[in-house]
Amino acid sequence: MATKRVPALEGFFREEDDGTARLLGGRCVKCGASFFPMQWSFCRNPVCEGAPLDEVELSHTGRLWSFADNQFSPPPPYPQADPFVPYGVAAVELTAERMVVLGQLASGTDTKTLSVGVEMELVVEPLYETAEEIRTVWKWKVADKS
Amino acid sequence: MSAEQDVVVLGTGMHPWGKWGRNFAEYGVVAARAALQDARVAWSDIDYLAAGNTMRNGYPGYVAGSTFAQALGWQGIPVSSSFAACASGAVALEAARVRILSGKADVALVVGADTAPKGFFGPLPGERPEDPDWLRFHLLGATNPTYFALYARRRMELYGSTEKDFAAVKIKNSRHGVANPYARYRKEFSADEIAESPIVADPLRLVDICATSDGAASVVLASADYAARLSDRSRHVRIAAISTVTPKYPNTYLDMPDIATDSAVGSDVPELGFRDSIAHAAYEESGFGPEDLSCAEVYDLSTALELDWYENIGLCAPGEAESLLHSGATTLGGKIPVNASGGLASFGEAIPAQAIAQVCELATQMRGEAGDRQVENAQVGLSVNQGLFGHGSCVIVTR
Repeated sequence: MATKRVPALEGFFREEDDGTARLLGGRCVKCGASFFPMQWSFCRNPVCEGAPLDEVELSHTGRLWSFADNQFSPPPPYPQADPFVPYGVAAVELTAERMVVLGQLASGTDTKTLSVGVEMELVVEPLYETAEEIRTVWKWKVADKS
Repeated sequence: MSAEQDVVVLGTGMHPWGKWGRNFAEYGVVAARAALQDARVAWSDIDYLAAGNTMRNGYPGYVAGSTFAQALGWQGIPVSSSFAACASGAVALEAARVRILSGKADVALVVGADTAPKGFFGPLPGERPEDPDWLRFHLLGATNPTYFALYARRRMELYGSTEKDFAAVKIKNSRHGVANPYARYRKEFSADEIAESPIVADPLRLVDICATSDGAASVVLASADYAARLSDRSRHVRIAAISTVTPKYPNTYLDMPDIATDSAVGSDVPELGFRDSIAHAAYEESGFGPEDLSCAEVYDLSTALELDWYENIGLCAPGEAESLLHSGATTLGGKIPVNASGGLASFGEAIPAQAIAQVCELATQMRGEAGDRQVENAQVGLSVNQGLFGHGSCVIVTR
């Protein structure tokens, strides 16, 4: 049984000791706009003319913009599981960065209890497992009120 | 732009949509020959060919212009091969129109054709973490229907739309499609059948989401001077505008295939959202407005998305699309029929052919040759569509 947790892809997020996630993005040194993922090393705001980005951790909370619940298995490169496990996807607006970031919904989230505007937070959960490792990804979870 | 600057649609042709399993070029040639015959123009008279590419049929799909030129028989003419996802056909139309308006061509052939795989579209093969289209599938399982579902749910939450509203779009479009010989599904759906359809991406059911199809569409475009020299001009219609706009930064509305939007920090958000800007550019170019439209073909990738388009092209204010739908205005016989062709609901999408097929439908309507799906006294029609990675597409066709 694999126990070592590693990100499914490097450079997209970092896991805190408490299991919450920090997205690794870029912030323009000139206009202050954030980007996720980094994709390129420079700002896409046309007035910034390619100003460099600082590597930053984005906010890990935001408000739910919309959500979906997938009941059919997607094609590769989505990790194929047998049996297929349905999963939700949430779009969440980061309040400080004023941008929407997609993520799967944390396991056990009942989409019937969700509504737009609900406060959400980022956690790290398994995406799939290999013989040696648990490959993880960021997911959106309804924020803990405590 | 004045009417003297319009290009003329001389002819249209299509290969029926379906799952035929043949090479895409075969469908393209069928559509092209039909368009040439309809235009009464010989292939040897064509002096430019513009094609929409397909990404799922190997190298011949990436150079579709030369593939079709070779298949029709080399004539030595210049070609172009455009890819803009679902908007590819409009970019090909625009390439031909610009060529004609610049005086470099008198009469041009535009072709788009596709052979589609079964089921969900996936990204191109290989492991490419820097490709957003690969990333969204690998890390999130965010299929196209996932995005359609996010837009649909957003609509439900903001405006109180219901599954019954979405079903009413399907019922309307499937009814329209029964009268279209090129449609893949010529079957009217009932509310009960829709309610029994399995959920793909909640809140959307299988029948809310368009299928992936094989198909082809083609038009013959000419300069006004060339058209004026032809003896029978009674079936000529005009293209008054083509919009192929891209978003303006920052694009804060979630778009396929991105996993995040631009940030609104550090700059002003554009007055018009991207989808609103697509038809806006065509209205600006043509001088027409939504009140002038006799009919519209909108890109109903999902039933819910058709309702968004009503608002994006200015048929009604945000949040009022459901009322417009239920008033019957967008049904054949109503004030502004939408998707008289049956739309993607009846066709399924054949990506590079779709924007051209929309124009074929508008031309057929403007000519008054649409038979049982004819819009009464059709004078001005608009088609709108959007391709992933930021491609807008809108064409206005007039008598």
